[in-house]
Amino acid sequence: MLEIKQLVKQYKTGDLAINGVDLKVEKGQVMALIGPSGAGKSTLIRCVNRLETPTSGEIWLNGENIVKLRSGKLRKARRNMGMIFQEYALVERLTVMENVLSGRLGYVGFWRSYLRKFPQTDVQAAFRLLEKVGLEKMVNKRADELSGGQRQRVGIARALIQNPDILLVDEPTASLDPKTSRQIMRLITELCEEKQLAAIINIHDVALAQMFAERIVGLREGRIVYDGSPDDLKPAVLTEIYGEEDWTAVRKRKAKKGTDSEVEDESVTEDHMAEMM
Amino acid sequence: MSIEPTLPNSGVSGLQSVALPETWNPPPFIKNPLLRWGLLLGLVVYLYLSIGSLDVNWNRIYVGLDRGAKFVYGFMNPNFAGRWTDISEGMIESLVMTVTSTAIGIVISIPIGFGAASNLAPLPVYLFCRGIIALSRSFQEIIVAILFVAIFGFGPLAGVLTLSFATIGFLSKLLAEDIESIDKRQAEAVKATGAPWWQWVNFGIQPQIMPRLIGLSLYRLDINFRESAVVGLVGAGGIGATLNTAFDRYEYDTAAAILILIIGIVMLSEYISGYIRARVQ
Amino acid sequence: MAEELNSTPKVWQLRNRNQRLLSWFIWLLGTALFVYCWQLVSENTTWFFVWDAPRIAADIGSRMMPPRWSYINELWEPLWDTLNIATIGTMMAIVMAIPIAFLAARNTTPSTKFVRPIALLVIVSSRSINSLIWALLLVSIIGPGVVAGIVAISLRSIGFISKLLYEAIEEIDKKQVEAISATGASGLQTLVFGIVPQILPAFAGISVFRWDINIRESTVLGYVGAGGIGLQLNASLNVLAWPQVTLILILILMAVIFSEWISAKVRHAII
Repeated sequence: MLEIKQLVKQYKTGDLAINGVDLKVEKGQVMALIGPSGAGKSTLIRCVNRLETPTSGEIWLNGENIVKLRSGKLRKARRNMGMIFQEYALVERLTVMENVLSGRLGYVGFWRSYLRKFPQTDVQAAFRLLEKVGLEKMVNKRADELSGGQRQRVGIARALIQNPDILLVDEPTASLDPKTSRQIMRLITELCEEKQLAAIINIHDVALAQMFAERIVGLREGRIVYDGSPDDLKPAVLTEIYGEEDWTAVRKRKAKKGTDSEVEDESVTEDHMAEMM
Repeated sequence: MSIEPTLPNSGVSGLQSVALPETWNPPPFIKNPLLRWGLLLGLVVYLYLSIGSLDVNWNRIYVGLDRGAKFVYGFMNPNFAGRWTDISEGMIESLVMTVTSTAIGIVISIPIGFGAASNLAPLPVYLFCRGIIALSRSFQEIIVAILFVAIFGFGPLAGVLTLSFATIGFLSKLLAEDIESIDKRQAEAVKATGAPWWQWVNFGIQPQIMPRLIGLSLYRLDINFRESAVVGLVGAGGIGATLNTAFDRYEYDTAAAILILIIGIVMLSEYISGYIRARVQ
Repeated sequence: MAEELNSTPKVWQLRNRNQRLLSWFIWLLGTALFVYCWQLVSENTTWFFVWDAPRIAADIGSRMMPPRWSYINELWEPLWDTLNIATIGTMMAIVMAIPIAFLAARNTTPSTKFVRPIALLVIVSSRSINSLIWALLLVSIIGPGVVAGIVAISLRSIGFISKLLYEAIEEIDKKQVEAISATGASGLQTLVFGIVPQILPAFAGISVFRWDINIRESTVLGYVGAGGIGLQLNASLNVLAWPQVTLILILILMAVIFSEWISAKVRHAII
């Protein structure tokens, strides 16, 4: 469904962020992108919806080469790609509802959006999504009154209301504590499964990636060095991606943390989270 | 602090039996409806009354457009040569007034600024200094200039005194606010070494306020130059008098020349002050 | 035991010799400049009058008291005019300043090579010329009256508002804007949903601040004929009616206090 062919991105400073990447993502496939900082993970995702412009190569989505699209067609293509940002990137001074509805801006004319008279179906979809992410009581709260985890959930709702074909997720858990990180990852993967959405999730936490993704792609210095299932992610592979590290020790620590708090996940309150900090 | 809602086990398939709302409007900015409508009504009434009270003489304006065209034409062909001696004398006087008044203003503003900082000054000193600042800020420069011309006579001295007085209100106020918001811990640390008052100020307070003080002084230099072009209208020196004469004689090309010079000098000073501020930061 | 130190003890200086030299040189230059300027001022001053100043000041002071309260009946309408000049002038300026600010901000201007410099030039020109001078110009062109005052105030305020506004626009969080455009929103929608909410508090603060300053400036525009209480000031001074002048000054003081109170209240409410 998404096909990236020979993508190259070189910045004006000479940095070669992406050095010939070929990638195919099927419908409904949740793919995690891992790699050290500077490997090009963020750049790759941002090239897909043209927040960065590739130097050369092709990106095919729904039969169109996104690299070549001009503004009007680009906007239409962007409607089909929902992006979730690391720092949530909500419009702080707008309410939760307005932030979620802004996902429909690509479909609604200027005046209707200005007057906040979105179509009935959009409003209902917004309410439904907010309920799914557990924020139905926060509809009229200003975005900057929310906690980190809550804001990320608004970001997820905003991406989903676009009814996209693919989710582009850029480090969704980088600014979140471990418990919230797991909640968010679970939410994203469950929603993807329900809506049969493809997703590329850029994530630095390898354990989380293994826990939730069905396919893992490892990037190093702008090139793909691993592409396979999470189970095949042996220490040798990790070394190839990240460099030397006692991966067995890291895994043991992570595994222990994982099993202990799995059980408590279902009855979480903010107070509990605070206590465990 | 709200309770984090539980995420249902099967997460995503929960259907509500209650119908979902079909429309949504953003919450209004002013919550109290009485206040909201009251303000709106007040605004409408005010606009009606104020615009109604305008006595617009359309005929005069129409006639005036001709002169307006002459002015625009004058802007295209500014006449520097015709009255060059008057212009150059006036500009030099304005520049001189700017430098002098800003220098004097800074020197006087610093002690008054310190005196107006609630964390430094004893109460009577504080009230006195705040009073001076209030007086300086309330009256427009022209009014002060008129008064000073009456007292000190015509000439640039009245203008210098006017601008110095105006500088006090500006610099002292901002300086006092800056001093009141310093990081107390830095100053305390210096005090804990047993330093006498002067050194405490020099090491503990001055470094924190210096960059802003320099920035503000440069800004005030710019303001004083623009004001110096105006006080001449009442006889307090500067290019204002020349400008007034040019307008009186309908010599729009000369007037345009003066205005272009003023704009040019302001642009230059903006550029230079930006450069200096970047170096100081 | 103790070793011989074979190097001279280290000395710490805040600035090395070159920097100190430069610092002294700048101070010297500055002082020389000041002395030169002071001399020029002094040459054009009739010092005889200056020494007489305290006496004259006391004289004027005594003539100014008590204020002529009955004069106040002739001041209500000019005061109303002054308020209108400031308010309508500020409103007009806001309307014109908003597009100019968007054209001048690096992140929203359609072209940094052509449009932006022009917008910046407009802003500088508007700022450089005091509202009183604008008033002089307008009275000369369209004649005396309140309209000249309103236009003068708005022409001056455009530069002030635009400058502060475009600086606010350049300082917004770009991530928020990026997220909106990533949904497929048009340029205009990105502006309204991503940029405008971020600059709204700054915009309100700037507008009210400028209105406050404009009240002060409107009080004197009448001096050159552009309407408002300045007309009365000019008239009273021409006939040396000092008690009337005092009353006018008191009214101006009240107006300034009133406008500052409103300005502080509004700016507090929008934080």
